[in-house]
Amino acid sequence: MIYFNAFIFSGLVCVIGQIIMDNSKLTPGHITSLFVVTGAFLDLFNIYDKIVLWAGGGAMVPITSFGHLLIHGALDKAKDVGFMGLAMGMFDLTASGITATIIIAFFMTAIFKAKD
Amino acid sequence: MQKKEYDKLVKKHKPNEKKFLNIVKAFSIGGTIGIIGHALLEFYVNTLEVTSKDAATLVIITLVFFASLFTALGFFDNWVSFGRAGFIIPITGFAHGMTSAAIEYRGEGLITGIGSNIFKLTGSVILYGIVSAYIFGLIRFLLFGG
Repeated sequence: MIYFNAFIFSGLVCVIGQIIMDNSKLTPGHITSLFVVTGAFLDLFNIYDKIVLWAGGGAMVPITSFGHLLIHGALDKAKDVGFMGLAMGMFDLTASGITATIIIAFFMTAIFKAKD
Repeated sequence: MQKKEYDKLVKKHKPNEKKFLNIVKAFSIGGTIGIIGHALLEFYVNTLEVTSKDAATLVIITLVFFASLFTALGFFDNWVSFGRAGFIIPITGFAHGMTSAAIEYRGEGLITGIGSNIFKLTGSVILYGIVSAYIFGLIRFLLFGG
């Protein structure tokens, strides 16, 4: 069942992105930025946590989960150390993902030659 | 039916059909990546027995690795132009943006090429992710105490 939910949620997020892309002049860069902000916004009311429970891995795959993980890390740290924790914990949950992306992208670029 | 009228009719309906096809493609591809994400999550939790928090990170790293590899090998660009939002909205689009920017500017050297341009496409995601997470986090911290 959760596989079905994962399919529906991930698919729907992509459909929303596609509809925006087809009906406006926004570039993919605009849309991914918009979706990250949306993910962070949904966590303002704990909505994204419920989606993660409902759709499992399907909710972690779209870029919205990046915003969700940023705000989640910040708030977890803020609970422990107060206001400064917002800045200290910002990358707690996303650090590994960002680091891995940068390192993988760098070495892939170094290893493979660009095809024209 | 007159040819002119027919052409007019075709013009009126063609973009919509294409839009509908794009939506179907985005839904099926995006949904499939969601299923792959969850299957990987189950695999890491049940087979490799890592905690679900670490498994979520591993899922993202796995998808990023393959998207980056396929971009470097040259055929992911074709996939993206076929599947559009289906590949761009999931984390694969993030990896694709970073790798393709690095590859594109590779010829200009390590510092002024790759170094200055690797975040060209994905920088806005990171920037606005952090800014919005900080603002929303601050609001929630002040209103609900975390």
